[in-house]
Amino acid sequence: MKFIKTLTGDRDIALLVGQVLRTGVITASIIAFVGGILYLAAHGADSVPDYSNFTGEGQEFTTFTGIFAGLATFKPSAVIQFGALILLATPILRVFFSLIGFVIEKDRMYIFITLIVLCIIFFSMFGGLKI
Amino acid sequence: MNVLIFSLILLAGAYVAGLLGAMTGLGGGVVVIPLLTLVFHVDIRYAIGAALLASIGNSSGAASAYIKEGITNVRLGMFLEIATTAGAVGGALIAVFTPTNTIAILFGVVLIFSALMTIRKKNEQAEQEGSRLSYVLKLNSSYPTKEGIVHYKLKNVGGGFSIMLLAGVLSGLLGIGSGALKVLAMDGAMRIPFKVSTTTSNFMIGVTAAASAVVYLQRGYIDPGIAFPVVLGVLGGAFTGARLLTVLNPKTLRYIFCAAISFVAMEMIYNGLHHQF
Repeated sequence: MKFIKTLTGDRDIALLVGQVLRTGVITASIIAFVGGILYLAAHGADSVPDYSNFTGEGQEFTTFTGIFAGLATFKPSAVIQFGALILLATPILRVFFSLIGFVIEKDRMYIFITLIVLCIIFFSMFGGLKI
Repeated sequence: MNVLIFSLILLAGAYVAGLLGAMTGLGGGVVVIPLLTLVFHVDIRYAIGAALLASIGNSSGAASAYIKEGITNVRLGMFLEIATTAGAVGGALIAVFTPTNTIAILFGVVLIFSALMTIRKKNEQAEQEGSRLSYVLKLNSSYPTKEGIVHYKLKNVGGGFSIMLLAGVLSGLLGIGSGALKVLAMDGAMRIPFKVSTTTSNFMIGVTAAASAVVYLQRGYIDPGIAFPVVLGVLGGAFTGARLLTVLNPKTLRYIFCAAISFVAMEMIYNGLHHQF
């Protein structure tokens, strides 16, 4: 047990978290780049959509099913949104890894605190906040 | 203007935003929102969606480097994230009922405040006496410096927590990291050495922004055509900025940037008051 403790101490978890953040950011930018190239190839010569008028994105770019359906057909905008999703997931994953770290340290109070943070994030994801 | 030119200008603008953000400590959103709304006349709601992505990219990129140095106080960050994420979700909810002109004016005010906070004198003293709550919550810690390990203790945990709640609301409402307020809570109220507050604030911004960005994504604020140049530009700029930071002293740059930001802020407030959004 002592060996595991030294192997996965505070510092190793911190390094792992740093790695997760970097990997997430790099992956997200690669996907956004690919999506961007595809998007420009398809729409580069079109005139700019009227962004001064807020209409909001449709189902296809705002839901998991919509984005993944578009991704399956390699739809440029869906690829970009998928990159955005990865970027959004990166800090949330970081909270997960911190949780694992506190579990290993058997720090009950901080396991609880981390769970509260995760619950708030999940509430905003699934709490039907879409108005 | 066609999509290709729009994307390229946006990419260059976002690159500058990331560069300045990394070098001055003000997040990418601070530049991205005025660029999109004042220059391209994009609706502020699309701008907020893009700025949230920029904040997450900036924070995650920088945080990965800071954690390695062991300066970030992970426990403190996690504890305060209860306040910032709850605030951010609340702010994102209020945003629906807030007129866009009000959001623009509020953004301008926060921008001027952030600029002032960036150039003010920082707390570098490590407190030796902590409040009772700081012991209960195990928030006191240490960090490495050139002169060796420095131990510090925290004061006024409740006050810091309340300011964080406000920082969260503003971040959810405006799409920015509100790093200036986060630093004010830690450095001003809780008396933590500046270096620890900056890195811990940076560490928290990503999580705070992600909590509200999920809501905004579902509401359709994130447009793929705006998102991709912003994400790529900000990340590239932040990366270069972090490199440049080690070779040059950004003190003068900070003053120039803060003056420029204040000017932009007044423009936002003026347009907001005249219902231009």
